[in-house]
Amino acid sequence: MTGSALQPARLAGADILRIGAVGLRARRARVVLSALGIAIGIATMVAVVGLSTSSRADLMGRLDRLGTNLLTAEAGKDALGQDVKLPKNAEPMVERIGPVQQATAIGQLDTRIRRSDVVPEDQPAGVTAQAARTDLLTTLNASTAKGRWLDRASERLPVTVLGAVAAERLGITGPGEKIMMNNRYVVVIGILRPVELVPNLDRVALIGFPAAERYLGFDGHPTTVFERSPDASVEDVRAVLARTVMPGSEGSVKVSRPSDALAAKAAADQGLTSLMLGLGAVALLVGGVGVANTMVISVLERRQEIGLRRALGATKGAIRLQFVTESLLLSALGGAAGAALGAAATSTFAMAQGWEVVIPLWSLGGGLAATLLIGILAGLYPAIRASGLHPTVALHAT
Amino acid sequence: MTVIELRAVTKSYPGGVHALRGVDLSIDPGELLAVVGPSGSGKSTLLNLIGTLDRPTSGTVRVAGHDVGALSDSQLSALRARHIGFVFQHFHLSPGRDAVDNVADGLLYAGVPLKERRVRARLALEQVRLGHRLSHRPHELSGGEKQRVAIARALVGEPDLLLADEPTGALDTASGRIVMELLHELHATGTTICVITHDQEIAAALPRHIRVRDGAVVSDRRSVEAAS
Repeated sequence: MTGSALQPARLAGADILRIGAVGLRARRARVVLSALGIAIGIATMVAVVGLSTSSRADLMGRLDRLGTNLLTAEAGKDALGQDVKLPKNAEPMVERIGPVQQATAIGQLDTRIRRSDVVPEDQPAGVTAQAARTDLLTTLNASTAKGRWLDRASERLPVTVLGAVAAERLGITGPGEKIMMNNRYVVVIGILRPVELVPNLDRVALIGFPAAERYLGFDGHPTTVFERSPDASVEDVRAVLARTVMPGSEGSVKVSRPSDALAAKAAADQGLTSLMLGLGAVALLVGGVGVANTMVISVLERRQEIGLRRALGATKGAIRLQFVTESLLLSALGGAAGAALGAAATSTFAMAQGWEVVIPLWSLGGGLAATLLIGILAGLYPAIRASGLHPTVALHAT
Repeated sequence: MTVIELRAVTKSYPGGVHALRGVDLSIDPGELLAVVGPSGSGKSTLLNLIGTLDRPTSGTVRVAGHDVGALSDSQLSALRARHIGFVFQHFHLSPGRDAVDNVADGLLYAGVPLKERRVRARLALEQVRLGHRLSHRPHELSGGEKQRVAIARALVGEPDLLLADEPTGALDTASGRIVMELLHELHATGTTICVITHDQEIAAALPRHIRVRDGAVVSDRRSVEAAS
């Protein structure tokens, strides 16, 4: 009998979980509250990653759709600070650059725009007028929301197409209504959808080049030229664009790539994302402290249970395992709730924005891993304290 | 072979408290005995040593042939899981779990699978005549019933020794009597039982009783009439 080995039995996995859940089932309100801390942290992180990924995916999709191969050449000021005018033939010159596929132009008009003659002339509507070529819309990948765009006939007539904001400011709801340009009524034949690449065009009233020259005293000089070329040659075109538009005074021409603004926006969002991720990490840390706190109290309250388990034959290791498991379950509960919450928040918000919902798996996996790590760390110290309790002390504590 | 054997056992606590001063004691299989003494006599310390919850300062304690002093903490745990069943004054049942699960916990650390634990728990509850209370939870049971559940938990592992610490201490007289009757019955079926109490009356009713005072055994008597 003396020789027989005394080997403590190994607990089955299901038993380990069952024992770990005992303490949680007995104190539900406390479990919910301490899991909440973890849940908030994980939800923040999952939602932040999900939202920024979804928004970036949306932005990339938009960039893809709009194209990143659009360049603009805009008349600036010369060395004396005078407004310069692009030559009338700027647009055909640009079209002559080898890789250029499309080129179009607009020209700034010095025109007062009013809703009607009842509105005083000195009360600006916040809408400016631009002369536009008929191929503007196709070059910019823009489209009309209502009515028609200018064509070869209507570009000669006193008719206008309004940007989305301009229509709103003037109170125009559909084609057929009239606005006043200088002292002449002009019929609105169309309203544009917002032009994503060139938001400035949302606030203008567009009129054909010939009509502008005829009715509004336009000198026919474009102020901005737009062109598209294959993606591979964008940089080559960019290098020669100013010189082509204004040979000799290329310094007064501002060349830009509208899609850069969108890309810059994506980069700016990234900074905010890091900040929010940091906040989420702090919330998670606070949640972890909450779990550790709950576990320490749990051990203090359950000294008799610990003593009983020791009397029933639990080893120190079994007691440690019990409390680490309890802590793990507690934080896993919070983590799962948080991941679900974060995913739900992402989906709701992304769908409200009309974005495609993208929740990266690594963010869920990372959240889970963080949760488990926190569970172990938070449970370790209380578990070691619990297993260090002398069985007799624990049993006779009252 | 003896179940419990104590030889020249002493136990001192830091601060110069000598709880036990040289105790010799052996318990044979099938015995029903009481360790009786006033509080402070050292009987709780004796309980802890017999139950292997603590180790002696000197001397040897043997439980089922194993020298307690030579075993590691986890080996002692295994020893308790297999050879000793505890019954406590305040039952120590787990609230919110039914009688079967509470009793099944008695086998939890002995490596018995859940299904078998529950089967054996039901049998143990039948044995303490609580077959009609299987799915009752502790708060639905009377004090006497709770203590019978606790006894079933101690019994379910078929230990070599059932160690009861003031088993009637928290019960009224009637419930206490039922619990003692149950212990007598279990003894009759061959279970070895050691009751630790300060109650002379209970002790006197058991076949053997050991009086402890000031950390030493002052008398060890077998009463012929109670044994019969």
